[in-house]
Amino acid sequence: MEQILANGVYLGSQYAMIALGLTLIFALMNVLNFAHGQMYVIGGFVTYTFYGQLGVPFVLALLMSCISLAILGALIEKFLFAPVIKGSKREESTMLLAAGIAFLLDALILLIFGEKQRGVPKIIDGVFNWDFRVIMPYDRILICVLAILSIICFICFMQYSKTGRALRALAQDRTAAQLMGVNVDRYSMIGFALGAMLAGLVGGLLVTITGINLGMGGPTSIKAFMMVMIGGAGVISGAIAGGIILGFMEAIGLAVLSQYGDITYLLIFVSLMIFLAIRPQGLMGKPWG
Amino acid sequence: MQRRALMKAAMIAMSMTALQTTTALAENPVLKIGFVGVTSGPAASWGISNQRSMETRAAWINETGGYKIGDTTYDIEIVSFDDQKDPKRAIAGMEKMAQEGIHYVVGPNVDDGAAAVRPVAEANGIMYFPYAFPKSLYTKPASNAILGMVANYQSGPAIYKYLMKEKGVKTVAFIAANESDPLSQRDSGVAAAKALGLDVVSDNVTYQVDTTDFTPVLTPIMRERPDLLVLSGVSPANAPQLIRSARELGFQGVISTETAQDAGVLTEGAGDLANGFISVGGASTPELASPMMIEFVDRYTKMFGEYNDESNTKVYALEYILETLKADPAAITDVTAFQTTMDRFEAPNPYMKGDAKLRYVGMSSFGQRRQVAVPLVVNVFQDGAFETLFVAEVD
Repeated sequence: MEQILANGVYLGSQYAMIALGLTLIFALMNVLNFAHGQMYVIGGFVTYTFYGQLGVPFVLALLMSCISLAILGALIEKFLFAPVIKGSKREESTMLLAAGIAFLLDALILLIFGEKQRGVPKIIDGVFNWDFRVIMPYDRILICVLAILSIICFICFMQYSKTGRALRALAQDRTAAQLMGVNVDRYSMIGFALGAMLAGLVGGLLVTITGINLGMGGPTSIKAFMMVMIGGAGVISGAIAGGIILGFMEAIGLAVLSQYGDITYLLIFVSLMIFLAIRPQGLMGKPWG
Repeated sequence: MQRRALMKAAMIAMSMTALQTTTALAENPVLKIGFVGVTSGPAASWGISNQRSMETRAAWINETGGYKIGDTTYDIEIVSFDDQKDPKRAIAGMEKMAQEGIHYVVGPNVDDGAAAVRPVAEANGIMYFPYAFPKSLYTKPASNAILGMVANYQSGPAIYKYLMKEKGVKTVAFIAANESDPLSQRDSGVAAAKALGLDVVSDNVTYQVDTTDFTPVLTPIMRERPDLLVLSGVSPANAPQLIRSARELGFQGVISTETAQDAGVLTEGAGDLANGFISVGGASTPELASPMMIEFVDRYTKMFGEYNDESNTKVYALEYILETLKADPAAITDVTAFQTTMDRFEAPNPYMKGDAKLRYVGMSSFGQRRQVAVPLVVNVFQDGAFETLFVAEVD
């Protein structure tokens, strides 16, 4: 039981981090960013390159992932999403654009980083073993703590900084925010950059545990969408709740149901369908959007 | 005036380039060989190592004047199609090969793709070399598929026997991804282990293909404390993570798989924790590699920046096609002639030291010669490189 709880906390914290960036972008721009998983993968590859290949300290490599993805996100918003949002009244235009970007990034990742699974040296050696009741390598514990700290920092940033307040205002009501003097174009770009940066950060953190390969993007996006659907699209606290719930469901399912084969995700998907039929807006989303 | 001169120069340059290209192509007629396999997504590594092996060898042949079949010397052109591991796309790929008049195709990489393309291949006179294990592809009435590697039901028993004898292995646990290939490989592995008298303590733990953290998945198996953990049909992307998680959970036994792996990926993903990991490889270990294999690795590395050890098994298919065509030039457009030649074909294996031969086998497993005779090389990973554990032959 203790091991299931530990696995749940660990998985939940990393999933929540993945979902945060996606839900932020959705809240600000009403864009379903299908390329979120690819951004996560690029973040992982940047940390791999700097930390694993060039020997740069891990923290600096992580910072490079954040900066690279923030710049990439800002450029994508400014030159791709912003013109499409302005020029098209149809919401599916941004969805198609996001899907196109996902394919493009996949192709670029293959060209630049290759097809192989990549990994980096462990940041801490050793395994925490509490009488075989809880076994957890120290690097997982560290990454879990860093993920939780990052989530807290992000919440504080959104709650107390001027930029965070502007972003929240934008998420609540774009027109009202504009009327209150918020530069909508600028903050949309900052918000997208922040969402992409979060994807890069979690990619950089997790490359130390799971490694990285070009195929991870699509599945990561799907999981992120599931978390956002559970918690409520566009709600920060909902994304965190969705990530933690999915993490615990996975940890419990894998431990309890392993003897029946791989039915954990089957049950998670069935539960999600029933849940959405009853509460389509998710746990914390508003029924009106 | 200046603009007109510039236009004229550009036109001349374009004409010259076109003429040069035509002249280059006109030097030798071109023999097209197809590749239909997965070169994108999580399993991209399997198909890309295939495609790049073929492209490396083709470039090498073309650079050295072409490949002589009968009285004609051909340049080799590789026509590739990414099936994205989707059977529907694999069919589309095989149809494209048929439209281009290609009769020899390497791939697909997985079971369902290989099964899906069978009607297209047989209807259009295409011989294809899948990396998929279902026996129905290679036994009669199937006629056009040739297994391009050693199947797990051939390598598994050999590995288990070795481990029972040398390491005293008595109990075994299997883990597989929840996909057709790994699951069927697990099932045949379980059957082989039971037939050898091993106690199978766990055979129902599976994981999603996109799993990135295997600690929760492996925890139930670790409670059974098996002597041997078999990673059935594991992809190179998942192998290091599974090994690392198992070792971190305190697993002391042997870990093995029947798929080909890459030493660099294992080093980066699992480091020393991967020491002792047993997998099926090809002929690139120093004990076995011929000068031609060494040159192949060198050319591949120069062409693509980095070698992939999975290519040790993938290097063979194109060589088999070309050598068989050389043995019977009529087979270039007539796959029936190719099939007839297969029964008596034999040529030196250029990639291995010693007197190893290229020939078609499979009488024991399929009742007809529908498998390339690649050596069953079982490797063990040690300190960043593979060492040859033992070599066996398959028929």
